[in-house]
Amino acid sequence: MIRDIIGALVGFLRTFGAFQLFFMRLLAESPRALMRPRLIVYQIFNAGGLSLVLIMTCGFFVGAVVGLQGHSNLARFGTEDILGLFAAMSLIKELGPVITALLFAGRAGTALASEIGLMRTTDQLSAMEMMAVDPVSRVAVPRFLGGAFSMPLLVAIFSSIGILGAWCVGVPLMGVDNGAFWTQMQDGVARADVVEGIIKSIVFGLAASLVAVWEGYNAIPTAEGVGRATTRTVVITAVVVLVFDFMITAVAIS
Amino acid sequence: MQQTRAVEIGTGAFVALGFAALFFLTTQTTNIQSFDDGYYDVTARFENIGGLKPRSPVNMAGVRIGRVESIEFDPVQLDAVVVLRIDANYDQLPDDTDASILTSGLLGSQYVGLQAGGSDIYLEDGSELLFTQSAIVLENLIGKFLVNSGDE
Repeated sequence: MIRDIIGALVGFLRTFGAFQLFFMRLLAESPRALMRPRLIVYQIFNAGGLSLVLIMTCGFFVGAVVGLQGHSNLARFGTEDILGLFAAMSLIKELGPVITALLFAGRAGTALASEIGLMRTTDQLSAMEMMAVDPVSRVAVPRFLGGAFSMPLLVAIFSSIGILGAWCVGVPLMGVDNGAFWTQMQDGVARADVVEGIIKSIVFGLAASLVAVWEGYNAIPTAEGVGRATTRTVVITAVVVLVFDFMITAVAIS
Repeated sequence: MQQTRAVEIGTGAFVALGFAALFFLTTQTTNIQSFDDGYYDVTARFENIGGLKPRSPVNMAGVRIGRVESIEFDPVQLDAVVVLRIDANYDQLPDDTDASILTSGLLGSQYVGLQAGGSDIYLEDGSELLFTQSAIVLENLIGKFLVNSGDE
């Protein structure tokens, strides 16, 4: 019994340590991968370009819901005018980075993990090694960098479209004054708030891409193993993102 | 070839849109007062600053001309020292200008309102506003009102 627990603990530490080493290796290989920008551009298209429609649609509706909820709650206190500030703050600081990261894990993370996992299953990675091509720098690093670069841009798009969504509900539909919507937002949102959102998006982007690439690269080379790697990508990314979100917010607020 | 072109166009559109969104967030959602032509600082002492915060606006005739740079407590004179950073475009404010802490709306945020005096000498960097009026604290006001109405 105790031996099992210790065994599980050691197993966890081992995975965790291997994960760190994998991250170090990705970073070490990154400069060399930058020499071949075409690979990275293709991955930016894969991770970012193809997620664009999803992110924009979700961003609009999240913003619209924030507008509706915010308006009905603020109206109780007769402060509908700060709807712009309310929507911008919640989108820029929390909803934008977190929901984008979760969508990113579902759309791009799973695609990365299953693609690399399938390469593992069909021995493509071993074939590369045999041809003296390092699969980490050729397969893993471009996908990692492409994902990490795309996330902050996706978050910015999500937040901007979200503010537009909140505007669409708040101003034409609910009758909030257009000028008040924008000026309250501009007076209330400090540059530090935007920076906090950008920092979150960078951290979440690194975490989501890293988890996806790691899970794919270390997938058990069977059909079931690839399926499990895909599931784990979404689950682990969600947990990591929410934990990091709490920590970054705690640091930013103190 | 066609495939590569589509990828390149898609990537270009995505990155351009992403940076446009970043630009929107950094410039349109926040009000960054840039003080392009420089600024100067004047100090004002208040007995009570109420809910004034750093970055609160400094208005004159309702127009925003600067912002609150810092608020400190002076342990010797036991009052609050507020540094007001004013846009250098407005360098012809009389030195007997008085500052009061006002509230925009009933529950709105507080700001420093300046009321011009009649002096020929202008404020400059480091001057101190001598005439100040503290924030009106709602509780004190209600307290006074209750005391007064009790007399009748």
